[in-house]
Amino acid sequence: MKKTTIILGKLVRAASRLRGGGSALPGLVVEKVDPSFLSEVLSRLPFGVAVVSGTNGKTTTTKMVTELLESQGLRVFTNRTGSNFTRGVISAILGEMRGFKFNFDIAVLELDEAHAVRFVKQIKPKYALLLNVFRDQLDRFGEIDKTAKLLTEVAKNTTSAVILNKEDPLIAAIACSLPRAVKVKFFGYSQKLSKYFPNDDELLGKAKLKKSVVKPEVELTDFNDQKVFYSIEHKSYSTSMKITGAHNLFNAAGALALTQAILSKKTDIEKLLKTLSQMQAAFGRGEVLLIDGKKIELILVKNPSGFRLSLLSQYSRDADTMIAINDQYADGRDMSWLWDVDFSKLKSVEVVTGIRAYDMALRLKYDDVEFTDVETDVNKALGKFLSHDPNKPKQIFCTYTAMLQIRKLLSKLDKVERAL
Amino acid sequence: MKTLKIMCLYPNEMNIYGDHGNLLALQKRAEWHGFDTEYIQHEPNKKFDTSADIIIGGGGQDSGQDKIQADLLKNGAALHKLAAAGTPMLMICGLYQLFGHYFETHAGHHIDGIGIFDAWTKAGPTRLIGNIIIEAVIASESEAIPNKIEIIGYENHSGLTYLNKAQKAFGKVVKGAGNNGSDGTEGARTNNVFGSYLHGPILPKNPALADELIRLAAIKKFGSFEPKEIDDTLATKARDIATTRPR
Repeated sequence: MKKTTIILGKLVRAASRLRGGGSALPGLVVEKVDPSFLSEVLSRLPFGVAVVSGTNGKTTTTKMVTELLESQGLRVFTNRTGSNFTRGVISAILGEMRGFKFNFDIAVLELDEAHAVRFVKQIKPKYALLLNVFRDQLDRFGEIDKTAKLLTEVAKNTTSAVILNKEDPLIAAIACSLPRAVKVKFFGYSQKLSKYFPNDDELLGKAKLKKSVVKPEVELTDFNDQKVFYSIEHKSYSTSMKITGAHNLFNAAGALALTQAILSKKTDIEKLLKTLSQMQAAFGRGEVLLIDGKKIELILVKNPSGFRLSLLSQYSRDADTMIAINDQYADGRDMSWLWDVDFSKLKSVEVVTGIRAYDMALRLKYDDVEFTDVETDVNKALGKFLSHDPNKPKQIFCTYTAMLQIRKLLSKLDKVERAL
Repeated sequence: MKTLKIMCLYPNEMNIYGDHGNLLALQKRAEWHGFDTEYIQHEPNKKFDTSADIIIGGGGQDSGQDKIQADLLKNGAALHKLAAAGTPMLMICGLYQLFGHYFETHAGHHIDGIGIFDAWTKAGPTRLIGNIIIEAVIASESEAIPNKIEIIGYENHSGLTYLNKAQKAFGKVVKGAGNNGSDGTEGARTNNVFGSYLHGPILPKNPALADELIRLAAIKKFGSFEPKEIDDTLATKARDIATTRPR
């Protein structure tokens, strides 16, 4: 590792921070002058690199893995994916360097499918946790089979252990294409919970796909309002959780399995579960805000499967509902995905908003769901929604850029506090 | 009450871009126009039910097309017969391609279609993706349905489709790529069989096309069609906004 690269990177970083922005710039400069910088820094980590990928739940699961490993005394470097993935990671590394030292044990990185293959060709992860493949913004990636192939490439480039979702046939099948030297571990859920996890094909009432029969390392065995039950290495455990949503509880099983693999099972499981119980949702993912003491839940929806799962496990009939649909590039321009979500379980929707509010309203009409207001202007819509019935809790299902807008608007209000 | 039977071809294998919405739009609008509906699902290796009044089909991934191609060829003659008799059909993306003569893969292999459309498709170098507007002449005999309409949707295909001289297009591209991105045509129409690349799905946001399929089916089966008035304000507003969005 060249010291000159670090000095240069830090100088650029300091300069660009003085100018107030450009977080990817130092990464860009370092990448240009010293292309091997990133792999050199990361290859020195004693526990190497762990990546988390899949269509849904990457951000929250990466956060889980990070906190679980920290609870066992590891120093964890983590970074969210951005549009310039490697550059973003380099910039973040420069920010974390003390002198010429990068004092971490492991890097846990959320890897977007779009950047996955380029990244793993450059830096071989030691561990990979692959969550699921759903139809997601197909206008960007083409087809679901292609996404599965991208994730297979990630697994093939992983050197020590790959953790796979046993319940997702496309993910489970990756096991067959891996060399023997790589350990394969599964996470899963008990059969009685399968109603909470319909896959893309089951949306239209089709038969369940045949599932793999292997025994999972960590299994989500049951959950209720108070407790979540896991089987870890065939022993039963239970814990309370602040994070809601069956899919989040399930991804936590994946996070536990990855943690077990990284620490070769030398873990304090009670401490792991305690950490899980205290975990808070990632930004905008099932976040609960309190405004004037009233609960407002923000639920990010990015694709049909995510929207369906949220409606199944997070929708509350007692709350007022707003749906905010944008079609910016980050949301996906194609609105067809709304037609792959079954909305008929919604009692009613108070406000429909976002650039494509009328696409959403039209969708609700064809599912016979009543709605009170359609307002494309998110600011006005939020005002209407909050004043609708001040005494009722509120839920907002929103696409990515709509979530950013709504969060910003809410943060301007008085008396906002984060409840979860 | 009068019943219209709506058949969906291969809904498991060929429904990748919300094509389920087309079925929903036909079912609901047929009900709003005063019909009962019956849903027929055609799966590979199932006996083909020739009593359908409207047949729809969607797009699939390559793996989905492999699974249905043999069954489609087996039932090609039955579909030709229905098409010649005036049964309205709507085929989107993958099934639109297989309603042509063949699909030529990158490697030069021909995947045979059933040739209801005098057209052929070859794998293109890049995907044609984005919002699309086309102008279509529906030639409806009903005054309740406009004759010339703007069809608004979304396209996402790598296959490039070319119509032979005798084949009518479904519409002219106003904005977007259409059949092949070069000749300005979109989709195909033969008798009452419509083929198009517009998913999104096409029918909810283009109620005139949905109503035309229902009208054609009703005329064929019952000899008449008396449309009821349907409030399409939401569809109109969704269309207006869609036309202002970037590709």
